[in-house]
Amino acid sequence: MPAVTLNKKVFEKLVGKKLSDKFLSERIPMIGTDLGKITQDNIEVEVFPNRPDMLSEQGFARAFRSFIGLKKGLQTYTIKKSSYKVIIDPSVKNVRPYTACAVVKGIMFDDEKIREVIQIQEKLHVTYGRNRRKVAIGIYPFEKIRTPIKYLAKRPEEIRFKPLESPRVMNGRQILSQHGTGREYAHLLEGFSKFPVFIDANKKVLSMPPIINSDDVGKITESTRDVFIECSGFDFNVLSKCLNMIVTALADMGGTIYSMQLNYGSKKIVTPNLEPEKMKIDINYINKILGLSLKEPEIKKYLLMMGFGYKNKTVLIPAYRADILHQIDLAEDIAIAYGYENFKHEIPNVSTIAKEDEFEVFKRRIANILVGLGLIEVNTYNLTNEEIHNKKPNSDLKGIEIIDAKNGDFNLLRAWMIPSLLNVLSENKRYEYPQKIFDIGYVFKPDATTETRIAEMQRLCVIVSHAKADYTEIKQVLDFLMSTLNLSYEIEDVDNNTFIPGRVGRVSVKGRKVAFIGEIHPQVLENFNLEMPVAALELNLTDLFGVF
Amino acid sequence: MNIDKIIDTLHPLERAVLPALSNHNKFEEIVFNSKLKDIEVMRALQWLQNKGIVESKQESKEIISLDQNGKKYLVSGLPERKFLELIKEKEMPLSSIMNEGKFQREELNVCIGVLKGKAAISVEKGKELLVSITEQGRKLLEKEFLEEKFLKKDFPLEISQLTPEERFAFQNLLKRKNFLRVENKKVKYFFLTDLGKQIIEKGLGDSEIIDSLTPSMIKDGSWRNKKFRRYDIKVNVPKTFGGKRHFVSQAIEYAKRIWLDMGFKEMTGPIIQTSFWNFDALFTAQDHPVRDLQDTFYIKDPAHGKLPKKELVMKVRKAHEEGVAGSTGWNYSWNQKEATKNVLRTHTTVLSARTIAALKKDELPAKYFSVAKCFRNETLDWSHLFEFNQTEGIVVDENANFRHLLGYLKEFFAKMGFPKARFRPAYFPYTEPSVEIDVLHPVHKEWVELGGAGIFRPEVVVPLLGKDIPVLAWGPGFDRIILDYYKINDIRELYKNDLNQLRTIRAWMK
Repeated sequence: MPAVTLNKKVFEKLVGKKLSDKFLSERIPMIGTDLGKITQDNIEVEVFPNRPDMLSEQGFARAFRSFIGLKKGLQTYTIKKSSYKVIIDPSVKNVRPYTACAVVKGIMFDDEKIREVIQIQEKLHVTYGRNRRKVAIGIYPFEKIRTPIKYLAKRPEEIRFKPLESPRVMNGRQILSQHGTGREYAHLLEGFSKFPVFIDANKKVLSMPPIINSDDVGKITESTRDVFIECSGFDFNVLSKCLNMIVTALADMGGTIYSMQLNYGSKKIVTPNLEPEKMKIDINYINKILGLSLKEPEIKKYLLMMGFGYKNKTVLIPAYRADILHQIDLAEDIAIAYGYENFKHEIPNVSTIAKEDEFEVFKRRIANILVGLGLIEVNTYNLTNEEIHNKKPNSDLKGIEIIDAKNGDFNLLRAWMIPSLLNVLSENKRYEYPQKIFDIGYVFKPDATTETRIAEMQRLCVIVSHAKADYTEIKQVLDFLMSTLNLSYEIEDVDNNTFIPGRVGRVSVKGRKVAFIGEIHPQVLENFNLEMPVAALELNLTDLFGVF
Repeated sequence: MNIDKIIDTLHPLERAVLPALSNHNKFEEIVFNSKLKDIEVMRALQWLQNKGIVESKQESKEIISLDQNGKKYLVSGLPERKFLELIKEKEMPLSSIMNEGKFQREELNVCIGVLKGKAAISVEKGKELLVSITEQGRKLLEKEFLEEKFLKKDFPLEISQLTPEERFAFQNLLKRKNFLRVENKKVKYFFLTDLGKQIIEKGLGDSEIIDSLTPSMIKDGSWRNKKFRRYDIKVNVPKTFGGKRHFVSQAIEYAKRIWLDMGFKEMTGPIIQTSFWNFDALFTAQDHPVRDLQDTFYIKDPAHGKLPKKELVMKVRKAHEEGVAGSTGWNYSWNQKEATKNVLRTHTTVLSARTIAALKKDELPAKYFSVAKCFRNETLDWSHLFEFNQTEGIVVDENANFRHLLGYLKEFFAKMGFPKARFRPAYFPYTEPSVEIDVLHPVHKEWVELGGAGIFRPEVVVPLLGKDIPVLAWGPGFDRIILDYYKINDIRELYKNDLNQLRTIRAWMK
């Protein structure tokens, strides 16, 4: 979740009231934002991903002041008509087909406002923009630009401009390979023969989305008063919403919004469009899902607190809200306005019959039998590594690899458990022997018949280790377990490099091979840095459960 | 306890040691006089001290022992005697003395130094150094040197016990290389306390006291009319360790019990799931960051699994692309291949999705739970695990509502030991309304975040169940509760498998 730092002074001015830290720390979490901390100058919050409109001081303050009852209901913004045009060339169709644009005039930029604008842009990029893939935002000093602006795609070698933070002019390809930001986002243009650019009527390159703006006409300074804003991407609705979030924030900053005409061939679209969307609301549905019995005026009151408009069972949704897909989303906002703290908890009197999973019961019985033998249960990870799983136990049983595991020590799903438990022994050498442990866990192997083409089995692994640990002792454990379960079993000779030859067997129950049992080979013990004999049993509980 | 009872508690070893204590107070002497082994005397003395019969005092002493040169010259004789013998008859040049006496250069220097110091020789400087014996030297030669006498003593010696003569020799030899070693030793003395003296006065009584009851005594009745030694029942005994379940298993059993008590059925299912079940069926958009390699474990091979029945896949696709039950959906083009990617389940909510998909209409209302492992691609550190437990629950009921959701959660956490819970708005792609549960920590009096819950969105329920009815759902993490109960700060310690921890940790007692 994106962390946003709000300037407290700016925030209070926008809310229109001085607010105590106590009040803020009580109310901010209740609007649906994680509060980080409140310092003398700042409020740090984590905005939930469904509310990108709250990623700015302006958007946050707008939602908050309404929530605390200061300026409720749908906020309206005036858009002045203009003759500014953006011409979208068909060449962008294959690389980044859409843009939504606007001009906002009359903002007195200073350090603080520049910081705010950069924060809005950055936070929207990371969240709603999915790291610029879905939406890339450009904001430019409009004074330096002549309309009409063109959005087109050109061969990278033909794109030449001085990108931000660069001392020299580069072409499109050089930007991707030599410029820091270029390298970071190069993957977004990978494989395209033409790159998108915004160019103004003077043929000046404004930017190469979604990578970088021009240093010349793509940078807001303290002398900037008017800005041109464009959002580029693949889904016009998404871009339009994003543009709305930005222009409303800039309007709250004191700017005046001007529309632009976008020429998509013969199709002309005017943005921004701040016309609220409409959604019918079913009061019974809302009450049923929330367990309340709210009357229409209350519903209306709560919707207004959350910044919506309301008329005749129709909700007017602000054009910057991106999270209202269904009535249920309105139900949540009503619940938030009603106050989560005001709901009366209730456990309904519904009769259902409890049932524990039978295999889980079986596993618990097994564990209890082993505890009765004085064994201690350990709890090992399902993930391991090749060193422990194969090299040390001298085994070629293949585990299942994970892609890009952050922790290289845990990048393999195990195919058997004994190595995990030998590793436990090697980490406990300093403690008193005998050491007798068991674990019930998962093992994995390829199996084309299952949904994921991987079979998962649950197994029991028992390990005993001390100066006199031997086959007899581990077989006693197996005997006791099987006779307690009222099962008989057979053992046959088997070859297994992890065990001492002639002291390892395969156990079958009702013809099904369910276990390995034996004494661990001294070379394996040495590999695990162990100095005490070890006898081990690994029993497939999934199969054993199947024979009952 | 009266004195007779105390006497009855005395172990045969204590009985053997006690008489020696009347006249001796050094450990070695007590051992000698009691005719026991060191270890036996040590144990007996410890017990007697525990009973207040004996007390010990510790003194620090400087102890002298022979070092390697000391031992060597004890056998071969001191070099300065050999030196003096050589020149007894006539003065000799130093080089001849060295040759004839087979002295080392260093040894020779020591001899000259020592003998000069005792005025036993005189040295003339000429072309060569000429050495001759003095009168004093001859006198010395007649008697045993003080140093020689000292070397022959029984080591180790205590410095404080030396006579003035011995002290003189000791000082001289100490200056010489590797002759003597002086160590600071702590010596313990044992004394009878007043109680001890009274016991000796009274006598140890019946020596026929029974120490251990044996099978043969029971058989032949020889225990009759005899006394049993009274035990010190407060004595510390060696530790023993029994078998036990892992404490995380114990906690999970308890949590399961809570859900069972509330009428929930247990759901289980595979750890590896297709993205379809783990994400798509839960209305998590395909470009949602949670689906990145960064956060989720994907399987290398087989990388792709199979999708369920086409009908269900199409319904889920529709929910994403254009929405269902009045929803607008995510408005993007849903990719079927993406949905086949195998992942390690990132939440047990996947089990809820599968359970809902398998529910039959006549099974409603239905309540299900699970407490099981989930996986996230995290680096292991004190507050993050890549394998962790979630406690999952769903209530599928035509009449379920948000207040019931809060009710179930509050009840569960109260039973887990957190009677005060509060609920905050939250966001999850698959629930609406969503809540975050905080509980008031009973000791720290701080709100602790324990996890998320909500009502499944219609976009989740309608494709899976076929109709839009409320499904209450929750999936708080469970490990933090265990950490709190066991006062563990580092989450890695849950699965460290340290045998000492497992042997000694207390049971889950809720």
